[in-house]
Amino acid sequence: MTQDRIRNFSIIAHIDHGKSTLADRILELTNAVSSRDMREQVLDSMDLERERGITIKAQAVRVEWKGHQLNLIDTPGHVDFTYEVSRSLQACEGALLVVDAAQGTQAQTLANAYLAIENNLDIVPVVNKIDLPSADPDAVAREIADLIGDDPEHVLRISAKTGQGVEDVLDAIVERVPPPSGDLDAPARALIFDSSYDQYRGVVAFVRVVDGRFSTREPLRAMALGTRFEAEELGFFSPTRSATGTLEAGEVGYVITGLKDVSRLRVGDTITSERRPAAEPLPGYKDVKPMVFSGLFPTDSDAYPELRDALERLKLNDAALFYEPETSQALGFGFRCGFLGLLHMEIVRERLEREFDLDLIVTAPNVAYRVKPPSGEWKEVHTPSDMPNEVEEVEEPYIKASIIVPKEYVGAIMELNNDRRGNFDHMEYLSEQRVHLTYELPLAEIVLDYYDQLKSRTRGYASFDYDVIDFRPGKLVRVDVLVGGEPVDALSLVIHRDSAYDRGRLLVERLREEIPRQHFDVAIQAAIGARVIARETVKARRKDVLAKCYGGDISRKRKLLEKQKAGKKRMKQVGMVEVPQEAFLAVLNLNDEKKS
Amino acid sequence: MSPGARHLYLHLPFCAHRCGYCDFVTVVGRHSQHAEYVEALLAELELERGVLSAELETVFLGGGTPTFTEPEALERLLSSLPPANEVTVEANPETVTQELARMLRAQGVNRISLGVQSFRPHLLEVLDRVVQPDTVRRAFYHLRDAGFDNISFDLIYGIPGQAASDLDADLADALELGPEHLSCYELEAKPGTRFTHAHGDELERQAEAMESYFELVVERLTGAGYRWYETANFCRPSDRPGLGDLRSRHNLAYWLGRDYLGLGVGAVSTIAGRRWRNTPRLAAYMETLKRGTVPERELEPLSCDVLRRERVMLGLRLDEPLVLGDLARVVDDRAVSRLELLGLVRSDAGRQTLTLTRRGRFLGGGVTADLLT
Repeated sequence: MTQDRIRNFSIIAHIDHGKSTLADRILELTNAVSSRDMREQVLDSMDLERERGITIKAQAVRVEWKGHQLNLIDTPGHVDFTYEVSRSLQACEGALLVVDAAQGTQAQTLANAYLAIENNLDIVPVVNKIDLPSADPDAVAREIADLIGDDPEHVLRISAKTGQGVEDVLDAIVERVPPPSGDLDAPARALIFDSSYDQYRGVVAFVRVVDGRFSTREPLRAMALGTRFEAEELGFFSPTRSATGTLEAGEVGYVITGLKDVSRLRVGDTITSERRPAAEPLPGYKDVKPMVFSGLFPTDSDAYPELRDALERLKLNDAALFYEPETSQALGFGFRCGFLGLLHMEIVRERLEREFDLDLIVTAPNVAYRVKPPSGEWKEVHTPSDMPNEVEEVEEPYIKASIIVPKEYVGAIMELNNDRRGNFDHMEYLSEQRVHLTYELPLAEIVLDYYDQLKSRTRGYASFDYDVIDFRPGKLVRVDVLVGGEPVDALSLVIHRDSAYDRGRLLVERLREEIPRQHFDVAIQAAIGARVIARETVKARRKDVLAKCYGGDISRKRKLLEKQKAGKKRMKQVGMVEVPQEAFLAVLNLNDEKKS
Repeated sequence: MSPGARHLYLHLPFCAHRCGYCDFVTVVGRHSQHAEYVEALLAELELERGVLSAELETVFLGGGTPTFTEPEALERLLSSLPPANEVTVEANPETVTQELARMLRAQGVNRISLGVQSFRPHLLEVLDRVVQPDTVRRAFYHLRDAGFDNISFDLIYGIPGQAASDLDADLADALELGPEHLSCYELEAKPGTRFTHAHGDELERQAEAMESYFELVVERLTGAGYRWYETANFCRPSDRPGLGDLRSRHNLAYWLGRDYLGLGVGAVSTIAGRRWRNTPRLAAYMETLKRGTVPERELEPLSCDVLRRERVMLGLRLDEPLVLGDLARVVDDRAVSRLELLGLVRSDAGRQTLTLTRRGRFLGGGVTADLLT
């Protein structure tokens, strides 16, 4: 098919604003699947694939509409994958911006809409769910039109649920989204916008061919990383997998590479042909670096090999996940893991616990710091306990936070951001009721409980998105915690000097509650270098014995003792002190008191 | 010495009423069944004769309230038992009459364990005890008059409403009478009992006070010259001529890991690495024995490892050094060193024995949990 008959587009929508329902309707209307058979048919084909041991998920679906080839490209749905979203958008010429007629634009909608505009995409604005009783399509249409600088009359009004207006959406894609304009005769170039790992076929890349043509069995190269491989199979999904033999300029499809390591084929990289390589890769490749770090330790130290295997397997499908072995005096052997953001961390942790059935101690997250020791080289520090005592300069990552709230919560948001060392950047009214605020904040200030605070201070109405912008100097210090005179590496934290005293005091208070009384007095101290800034004592127990023990009681008393013994085993030994695992999470809850 | 268990326990479950805090197997009233029950006990004794040594060291009648049992039935039981060096009967003060005291003495009983619990009327009421403080004194003198020179008191502390001064007064009252032996227990209120239900908040307060109460008990009694020979047990030192060792020889058998045979409803036996508990159901117990068969039992086999652990757990309750020998294999050497450093444990040069220090004994539960591998 010639390029002028091709349209490549994504759907941008906040969660629950109707992205997948609209995608389903599009598949139905274009007869990719009949409405009656839709579920069965799609699922059947997936089962079939599964029987063959192939579990490749469609990241792009090709359909036909009035003589045109439409490629719908899926975008990852959450805040930590801004870069991946931007690559998916780069693979398109247009985007449907779908907004719920009852809820209006949300922070995530905005962030992705701006990304689409930055990528020079033509935007087709759509108000969805107009059948809802609480819908206000006109107001939301005005909001969207304002946002993208369009006429409210241009905003489509649909109900993906009932199917009302969906044909107009398809027509609008054909009319308003420009066709691709690649050079068919130029050396072949394709953008990788997503990848996944199949245990039988290896790494599968989802690509948008920009110039030239690719064929099966052709030797290929990923330009940024230099990875060489062969196109074992080329094709597209519609929505079942269909091998084609070639993919050419303007088209979207998949490449089965046979590579065994997902990290060798990164999203954003350019694939070219080894026979006639392109001179320049496509613009915009970034080596995405993890910004949020946390220690993952197995609760039971014997489970270390299981944790290592699980991380290896997760990494196959998650190039952004970083991990390296870490040994903590207090927690034993584990891994220091790096994540794109908080949500990414949460997802990884949940998968480890659910899919791999691991019990984990996850230390409080921290960000990546750039540190310059006196008369030394700049280096990056991922663990608070690695922060040198003497530093000349420290830099920390900053984010641009985008927050949308009803206007009555603007004060609450400002207060929260001030508490978190935020710099006000910009504020605008999206409508009479809703305000868009942007702030620059240290990433470290949001990794603990910012999102919870945001939600609780705005009764759940705030929506939030962020993007890491740069590293900036900060007055940061390392606060160490000593339990019974022994420093506990897993409890060290790096914080702003101004809040060190308060945080230190809160931390030792929390630890005093968490650490049970022992056979001796236990001092809990917070210190900056050699200077103690807070101290609490867990008083020694004076009695820990069962009074009565005669013939009939012996078995019962023995079982009680075994229980006590098992309880002790679950504790971590810090010097002579037994510290329960919950204590290592104390640092996570430091702001609880402020909440109440 | 002939082989077999040298320690015999007999359970007499009958009580005038059930005290709220009690978790022993007890049966209220049933006077008509006392005689029949004693026959069942003796039938069980006959069935188990083979596991007993020809010479017994101790016999212990516990309950329930053994002295609430119909006197004829009790007398029949005592007269049918094999002789032993120490024969103890538990008694509630209100049941002790001059006649009863004389009968017990005449039947070879030489030690009485008196369930005093407290001398404070308001605390006795909380415990559902019908006894009055004077009743205790009267019972004590009846026993003395009958010739008992080895009397033990049970005292309870941590009673809802009990102040430190109440406990101090209880100890003083007990010391004034001067029993040969004292057992002092903290009140153990089992979750779910009506007692716990009624006194929940106060029990929680007492749990905090219990630390200092235990210290007070040990201080007062050792101050008065008693030997703190087991976690909860005290006795006069054996310096009075003719009396010898005043520790409870029967209970020492438990703490030293010796074999013992227990007869009666709910009674526990441990013999040759097997532990069993008789059915707690009175009717079922008597029914099977009437037919001449052993009652229904819950059997718990004890591995060598478990037996060793128990011997450490029990042995460390005593004031005498625990001789390790083959027990060393269940004791964590590094824990011993750490606890020695903390002044909680003492061991001799070759680490042949272990003893808890005074402070270690207050922390005996946790220390033992630490010590065991």
